[in-house]
Formats: sequence, C-alpha cells, structure tokens
Amino acid sequence: MLKNLFANYYEAVSIILFGIGFTTLLLNRNMIKKIMGLNIMDTAIYLFLAAKGYIFGRKVPIVSGDVPEPENYINPIPSGLVLTGIVVSVSVTAIMLSLTIRLYRRYRTLDIDEITRLIKEEK
Amino acid sequence: MEILEYILLSLLVVCAVSVALSKNLLTSIVIFMSYSVIMSVIWMILESPDLAITEAAVGAGVTSVLFYITLKKIHAMKGEEDDEAEE
Amino acid sequence: MKPRSDYERSLWRRLVRFVDGETPEDAELYAELRKSGKGRQKNADSGAEQFPEQEDKREKHRRLERAHEREAASMLERYRNWPKEHGIRIFGRLYAVAAVMLCLIIIVTLLVTVSYLPEFGQPDNPNNNEVVERYNAHGLEETGATNAVAGMILDYRAFDTLGESHVLFIAACCVMILLRLDDTKDRKRAEEENDRLYEPKNDKILQLAAKILVPVIILFGIFVILNGHLSPGGGFSGGAIIGAGLILYVNAFGFEKAGRIMNRKNYAVISVAPLLFYAVAKSYSFYTGANHLESGIPKGIPGAILSGGLILPLNICVGIVVACTMYHFYTLFRKGGM
Repeated sequence: MLKNLFANYYEAVSIILFGIGFTTLLLNRNMIKKIMGLNIMDTAIYLFLAAKGYIFGRKVPIVSGDVPEPENYINPIPSGLVLTGIVVSVSVTAIMLSLTIRLYRRYRTLDIDEITRLIKEEK
Repeated sequence: MEILEYILLSLLVVCAVSVALSKNLLTSIVIFMSYSVIMSVIWMILESPDLAITEAAVGAGVTSVLFYITLKKIHAMKGEEDDEAEE
Repeated sequence: MKPRSDYERSLWRRLVRFVDGETPEDAELYAELRKSGKGRQKNADSGAEQFPEQEDKREKHRRLERAHEREAASMLERYRNWPKEHGIRIFGRLYAVAAVMLCLIIIVTLLVTVSYLPEFGQPDNPNNNEVVERYNAHGLEETGATNAVAGMILDYRAFDTLGESHVLFIAACCVMILLRLDDTKDRKRAEEENDRLYEPKNDKILQLAAKILVPVIILFGIFVILNGHLSPGGGFSGGAIIGAGLILYVNAFGFEKAGRIMNRKNYAVISVAPLLFYAVAKSYSFYTGANHLESGIPKGIPGAILSGGLILPLNICVGIVVACTMYHFYTLFRKGGM
C-alpha cells in the first residue's frame, strides 16, 4: 500500500495541499486568508488532474512533423479541463474579493466572527 | 530530474503551509505568488506548457494583483479612519 | 505551589454553598451566633438581657434570608453570563481541534484512496482510453490544429469554452454590480474609494520601465493568441498576458490616458461582440455538423498560420474577452469604474 503511495507522489502531494487549503479555509478567521485557502484547494485539484494525464517518456501533444504519432503524446484532456478551470478560478477569486471589500466598507473589519457578531447586533 | 521534482513538490507544501501560518497578509500574498510560479514550473515538467503559460500569467500575475489591490484599498480605508479619529 | 487562601470565595466553594443553601453571610452569622452563645454562657448568671438578645436573633434571621436571595440571584447571573465570557473561548478551541481532526481524517482517507489508484504515468491506465487515442490520432485531420489541446477545447469541446467565456463575462458584471460607483456628488465618498489619490503620481522609473515593457508584453500576448493552434498557448493565456500588460500601462500612466480607449461604451462593444461572434460561429458549425452538411470552412495546410478552420477566430474572440475582463477587474477594484 505504501509503495503505491510513493509511486503516486504527485497525487499524494496534491491531496496534502488540498488538506492544507481546507484547513486554512476552516480555521482562519481572516477573509483574505480564507480566499487564499480556497485558491490553494483549486490548484491542488488541478495538479491532481494534470498528474493523471501524464505518461512517462511522452511529449506534449503538438504535431511537429506531417504525421501525428499518437503513441508519443500524453493525454490532452486533463490539460484542456484545467485550462478552463484556471480562468474560472480567477473570476471566482475576483467576485469573492469584491464581496470582501464591500463587507469591509460596511463593517470595518476582516474578521468573520466579528462580522457575524455585528450582523447579529444590527438585527 | 526526479530530485528536482521532489524539491519542487516539497517547496509547494512548504509554501502552502507558510501561506496558512504567516501573520502578515502582505507576506502571505507574496508567498502565494511564489507558490503559483512553482506550480507553473511543475506543469512544464508534466509536459503541459499551455497550463504553464496560463498559470504564470493568471495565477502569479492577475490573481496576485487583485489581492494586492484589495489589501491596498483596505489599508486606505483604515488610514482614513485613523485620520478621522485623530482629528 | 501556593495554597489558595481565598477558598471561601472561590467558585467551587460558592457552588457548594449554593447547593447546600448556605451563604458567606451565613457562615459569618453562625460564627457570630456561636460567639454570642459563648458569651451568653459566660454571663448566664446575669440573665437580665434575654429579650434584646431575642430581638437581635430575629433581625439576624431576616438578614440571613435576604442574603440567601441575593446569593441565588448572583449565581443565576453568573450561570447566564458563563457562555458569553468563557463559553466562546472554550467553544473556539473545541472547534479548532475538531476542524483539525476533520481535516486529518479527510487527508488520511484520501491518501488511502490515492494508494489504491493505478500507478502514476503508465500508458495502460484506465484514463488513457479510446477518446484520447482518437484525439491524438485523428485530431490533426479533423480539426486542422497542430496543438491537440487547442483543437480539443475549441473544436471538440467548443461548447464548454463558450460557457466559460460567459462565466468570465458574468463575473465581470457581478464585480461591476458590487464595486461600481455612481457619479456621486459626495466628494468624501469618492475620495475614499478612488485610492489613486494616495499614491505618488508620475513615477519616472515605473514610466520608463512601462515604456519599454508594455509593447513587448502586448506583442507577446498577440503572438500567443495567434499561434494558439500551432504552439502552446491560446486565447486564455494570451488574453491574460495582454490584460497584465494593460494593467502595467494603467499603473504607470494613469487612468486618463488609458480611459480614452477603454471607456465604458467601448468596453461593452469589445466584450459583447466576440461573445456574439463565438455563439453564431459555433451555432453554424453545430447546425452543419448535425445535418451532415459541408461547413464550407477550409481547414488549410497544417502548420500554417491560416489553418485550423474556426479555431483561429475563436481564439482571438476568447483572447479579447479575457483581456477585457482582466483589465476591467483591475479598474473596478481600483476606482470603481472605467
């Protein structure tokens, strides 16, 4: 079991990064840190997908001669999916940061517990 | 080559942990930027140059810039509040 | 360790007393009674002052009752305040410990799952199936793009990319709703949100660096977009590079110069027109493909810049949308509008 874990070291590292991002998301009370944790989780998933598409000793799927050599190329599908995902993660980050700015403008703090308390007091 | 991979992957984990643990927000944004750069190098190693270009431009460039501006705006608001308090 | 001298006043002692129905005043009173009893024994022979003694006792009993009530009220108060004072701290620690445990459990579970996955980097893994073979073997003749990734995301899976461009557009709209400022007369509020006022203007070093770097960056972005079907890159990466170049330009030369080209009206046209073109072009190719018609778009010679059918125009569209969105994010964050 452990031997296979070391063989899959890219996947293992991506899982560890996912855990670190998740812990940051849960435990940090600062909103900007939470957003960074979410970004780390994103990147961990992308690393996992890209690692699944890699094949030892093969090259990028870009045809250099006239005839394609399919036995020389890696899997292009994870690359396409991740390319889509990276750009979506930027827009999600932008929306979350703008919400953070709005919250700060109103409550003058970045601490999520403090914001919750202030909202309760307002009611 | 394999040693380089191990070094880069362990650097990734170190960067992620220090993003979570650093007290200063500006520091953690800079560390997050370097995390993205390491990620783009890893994607070059994994034979996906499309992803490497996109990550270097988007992750290390635009996302970090957005974080910086957010922090700057918050500091500007905070500074204004302090001025008012002093007056 | 120093022995506690204030045991009588500690929380536990008070709790015990509360349960027993006893108060500190009680204890004092008993001590006093005992003393006075001793005194009475001592001068029992006088026997003349029995009556005032009785009066005194009744008075003391009344005091005892009042003290009981007060003690009960104060214990109730403490009981009610406990969650506010100590509860939150204890709950916070418990929450942290529980969250770390939860994360560790998740990580360990996922790591065990990873250890059962097929081995990394082997060609006969189940994810390298017939779809991949098809893309790699017939991608060049079916899409005309040398770069299989570009051919995949803009030809085989172009619908996906259309949706993603719309995600970007909608994200820009959301940020605009959240951060845009009206043309307010209130100067103070405008100052608060336009933080251009807080930075030194006309930084010479930055301007010189931008003068040299911005044309190179934007040219490189255009190169990456136009060669998306031949080499690594494409609409997303090239658009992000151009957006970064525009951000550098705005930082160095200010919003007035950049605003002459990138104002709000132009932005609406430049970002909506590519999306419409994309949708129309892909509808055309879906229509012809579903009805087994000839699309009439030449594939071109593989490797030439004018090849790959619709991939080059679609790459340009995506690049324009991404560049506009990145620039728009920046301006909205900085000063709430173009």
